[in-house]
Amino acid sequence: MTQPSSITTFDRKAWMSLIAGAPAQDVLALWDACAPHPGFDWLRRPETGAVMVRGRMGGTGAPFNLGEMTVTRCSLTIADGVVGHGYVQGRSKPHAEAAAMIDALMQTGEAETVTKAILEPLQKARQASRDQRAAKAAATKVEFFTLVRGEDA
Amino acid sequence: MYVAVKGGERAIDNAHAWLAEERRGDRAVAELSPEQIREQLGLAVNRVMAEGSLFDPDLAALAIKQARGDLIEAVFLIRAYRTTLPRFGATDPVDTGAMACDRRISATFKDAPGGQVLGPTFDYTHRLLDFKLAAEGEVPEAPMAEPRREATPHITDFLNNEDIIEREPVSDATPGDLTRVPMAFPAGRDIRLQSLARGDEGFLLGMAYSTQRGYARNHAFVGELRIGRVPVEMEIPELGFAIEIGEIELTECETVNQFKGSKTEPPQFTRGYGLVFGQSERKAIAVALVDRALRWEELGEDNQGAPAQDAEFVLSHADNIQATGFLEHIKLPHYVDFQSELELVRKLRAEAGASATLADREAAE
Repeated sequence: MTQPSSITTFDRKAWMSLIAGAPAQDVLALWDACAPHPGFDWLRRPETGAVMVRGRMGGTGAPFNLGEMTVTRCSLTIADGVVGHGYVQGRSKPHAEAAAMIDALMQTGEAETVTKAILEPLQKARQASRDQRAAKAAATKVEFFTLVRGEDA
Repeated sequence: MYVAVKGGERAIDNAHAWLAEERRGDRAVAELSPEQIREQLGLAVNRVMAEGSLFDPDLAALAIKQARGDLIEAVFLIRAYRTTLPRFGATDPVDTGAMACDRRISATFKDAPGGQVLGPTFDYTHRLLDFKLAAEGEVPEAPMAEPRREATPHITDFLNNEDIIEREPVSDATPGDLTRVPMAFPAGRDIRLQSLARGDEGFLLGMAYSTQRGYARNHAFVGELRIGRVPVEMEIPELGFAIEIGEIELTECETVNQFKGSKTEPPQFTRGYGLVFGQSERKAIAVALVDRALRWEELGEDNQGAPAQDAEFVLSHADNIQATGFLEHIKLPHYVDFQSELELVRKLRAEAGASATLADREAAE
């Protein structure tokens, strides 16, 4: 019996966020294996820079600058003027380029193919990695028990 | 007198060639890769990211390799690199309440919702050298249990509900940035926390310890210490909305401190706060203690003249790159400076000698 294949739907924020935080080698391996690689023109070639990460005093109060993190970004356009933006953590220019191409293709008729070939596997891998850490953390949770004192027994 | 400092090029080149060879060490021993450093010396990597003020584990690992394990030198390399990066903007403040916690403990509430989660800690180890690590061997996978799905609430939320701890004034004011505008005093808490987050762990540890020993005592409890990953969101101007540009590991420490109350505030607990890149709990606790000590003025406490209460003293000396730059520059050629000092001392001695001779002669007559 075959299940009808369900497709996870991603909005633009979700797919860009997923690609940005995924390991560069995972994104590139899936991107290379994905069929459509249309031509494109650069709007902004990949460049690596920093963004200032902010925190809040006491976790919830006024913002302060914590320190920077590396980010690589680029923008490109494919046929019909569809524009793709790539913003990714770290310094990998191929990662940013793949992110921008995926962003562009997700706005075209290729969206379903890209979702199945790239986004779903990345989402699954991210969830698995998070679940595994959470499971290991859960195993270190202290289960207190109280010793009953003699006179109260 | 002018002293020409030339002719060192060959010596410098050869010194650097030897440095490279010494860095490599015995060629019979396998070379370390940055990936090995990143994966197996993770806490050193975290320290270099925190004090280098740049979250990038690959770069920090490379810096540690290049610096031969000298972490301050590695921090120096990261600081130098970050000055070459264009700044794309600032992120939305991270929500540490949404952290996926690897570790989360409270010294104040045993039964806090979310529980006491120890995580991968050195606590409760016996600090006995483990010679098994010197031999090759596979590590068994750590045990797992049913993972927690929901976010872990902050401990201070519970105290907030009882209104027995000071509330953090909520604001979205743009914070000051000491990498753009040189620090000036008095420094706001935003600048202080930024400076402490990138400050030297050893210096801050010493400062925090001094508050525990009685120099500006403020008796801190670790209300909560949490380590884990948080998503980082940033507004993307081209899009007009925010995306997650990645995920970083943070250590957050919130202290709960005694407070007698002031003219305007009833007795209540006050707060110290430390937030640091990576798993760096010693530093996060130290930052929280020093943050609390530096808040004496806004809380209406007495200035006890303690070093940890002196923002100018603490913040001006917390940065190990500034400190090492000034400290180490005195080993570089100071031939001209010294020549003038030498001539001065010779002259003074000659004068003292001359007057002594004169005095002797007068005494003899």
